[in-house]
Amino acid sequence: MNETDLGLWAVPLAMIGGAIRVSTPFLFVSLGECLTERSGRINLGLEGTLVFGAMSGYAVAYESGSAWIGVLAAALAGMLFGFFHGWVCKLPKVNDIAIGIALMLLGMGLAFFFGKPYVQPQAPDLPAISFGWWSDISQVQAALQVNVLFLIGIALTIAMGWMFRTTRIGLIVRVVGDSTDAARSMGLNPNVVRLLATGAGGALAGVGGAYLSLYYPGSWNEGLSSGQGLMAVALVIFARWSPVNCFWAALLFGGAGALGPALQSVGISSGYYLFYAAPYVLTLGLLIATSSPNRALESAPGELSITK
Amino acid sequence: MATGASTELRAPEQRGIADIAPRLEPLIIPIGALLGGLLAFSVFLVLLGKSPVDFFGLVYKAGFGTAFSWQNTLSRVAPLLLTALCVALPARLGLVVIGGEGAVVLGGLAAAVVGTALSGAPAAIGIPVMMLAAMLIGGLWIGAVGALRIRRGVNETISSLLMAYIAIALLNHLVEGPFRDPASLNKPSTAPLDPALRVGELPGMDVHWGFVAGIIACIIAWVLIERTTWGFAARIAGGNIRAAQVQGLPVGRLIVCFTAAGGACAGLAGFFEVSAIHGSANGSLVSGYGYTGILIAFLARHNPLAIIPVAILLSGFEASSGLIQRRMDLPDATILVLEGIVFVAILVSETLYGRFRIFTPRAEEQP
Repeated sequence: MNETDLGLWAVPLAMIGGAIRVSTPFLFVSLGECLTERSGRINLGLEGTLVFGAMSGYAVAYESGSAWIGVLAAALAGMLFGFFHGWVCKLPKVNDIAIGIALMLLGMGLAFFFGKPYVQPQAPDLPAISFGWWSDISQVQAALQVNVLFLIGIALTIAMGWMFRTTRIGLIVRVVGDSTDAARSMGLNPNVVRLLATGAGGALAGVGGAYLSLYYPGSWNEGLSSGQGLMAVALVIFARWSPVNCFWAALLFGGAGALGPALQSVGISSGYYLFYAAPYVLTLGLLIATSSPNRALESAPGELSITK
Repeated sequence: MATGASTELRAPEQRGIADIAPRLEPLIIPIGALLGGLLAFSVFLVLLGKSPVDFFGLVYKAGFGTAFSWQNTLSRVAPLLLTALCVALPARLGLVVIGGEGAVVLGGLAAAVVGTALSGAPAAIGIPVMMLAAMLIGGLWIGAVGALRIRRGVNETISSLLMAYIAIALLNHLVEGPFRDPASLNKPSTAPLDPALRVGELPGMDVHWGFVAGIIACIIAWVLIERTTWGFAARIAGGNIRAAQVQGLPVGRLIVCFTAAGGACAGLAGFFEVSAIHGSANGSLVSGYGYTGILIAFLARHNPLAIIPVAILLSGFEASSGLIQRRMDLPDATILVLEGIVFVAILVSETLYGRFRIFTPRAEEQP
């Protein structure tokens, strides 16, 4: 292993590595949001779920000594948030967008409240697999350190895409998302389906949070999340509610987020904060380019409140 | 009229209740929800082995107990009033704008930059120009959210949020780079404002003029919504946008104007943060006022006059945060938990409207 001077090649390499590292929480949160939105409900509170998942995952991993038990705890905590959101939203006249904002605040508050004692201690990390063994350039090896959760995320992406396309459960979620009336006439209970979809979505967001605290950046503090949970909402719109597109979008967002640090590593440090804003500008630009005032977004679930 | 006879038969005091009760519904349900939220928070404290009585006692002491604590509370109200308006005004048209933080940040930056350029100018010219600059930038920023909504159909909740993150990045970039005062070493800031351009405090009080500006803004917003044709049109459009369009109302222009007005209020909050508190623009502008403003607007049910007491109440809670940390050994996030619980309680209470028979007019009950 030796440091090799790669010149400007270091930038795309660092971006690939950064994309893989940074995209995993995006991937999990957006898959969760995708599942929830396909059932016709939006959960803007996933940011709170993510932060609470990060805290609970870290705390449980520290107490139990196992990072995987931490991930499980984060998923469980996320699921509870999801179920609460799903339960409140099925009450008549309750605005699902506003409830999301409130639960975001509450989730972050609870995470900071209970997370205070865990800012200092060091919890075990999640394991990573090195795919860079074939190269003796240390930067390549660093870039291809892939966390197991990323691989699980890929498997989940394929599974969810297959579920929506060919399985009965996928069909049920899609029908409920497209038309409450059609679902009722099929004898389905839309509220139950949405409740389960929101709970499962929350669990995925919790896992995304656990990745933040247990692998990268790999510690718990109050500034851990930079809005991944909120951006997931935009990311799902960008991905046109397709799990496979969510994967590519998450990689793109991760790569855009890694642009600033990558340029900094080759000595371009001016405009660091502007590069930091790249994912937000990208999302906004894509929303502007693809939205239309006259019709709902293409392939949007018919019952979704933000696109109706 | 079939109901006329029965109304006359009713005893006068009964008719009084029937007339007043429907008007009380929008008052009693939010207050009930607020109390319910505080109760849920008390249960949370009891489960942790802390005393809710001590907690609320300390909140009262630190927020409202003495003249000193009142000043402490009121000195924090200004940005809350103004950012709540940034949510409440667009909400009248049915828009959920949650990115007021961006307008605060950029408004503050604009005020600081203009203020630096006006160094040496008399306060009577400099301060109004700084205020205008802050309101203009804030108005453009959130007005753009409204324009994107009409022209391109971009969801305002998401675009305003993204723009808040972009605004914070812009502030950090500009404060580190082009507008940085070389003398600010540890915390990159713009050059300190000329003392003449710093907004002072109300006579005999420890509360800056932003409080008065916030109250005036709330009153103007209330008059705009409740007493002008523009406000009337906005309320119709908020109820049913298609009906408003069929009536020939300029819905697009209304949306741009109301979002821009809200953004101007949030920008003004940024001006007061810079001119009255910090003295220059830096990272301290990003302090989450925009998010507390969302909570206040929803608690006040987007009524600008109701925003005033709600903002003072929440400001009292936030003012007591330090004392609660020291005396009760609770983390500073305790207030955030309290706000979150109250917010959820208020939103859940929306489902109660129309459920209580006492609030529904008698006439509807008759077949």
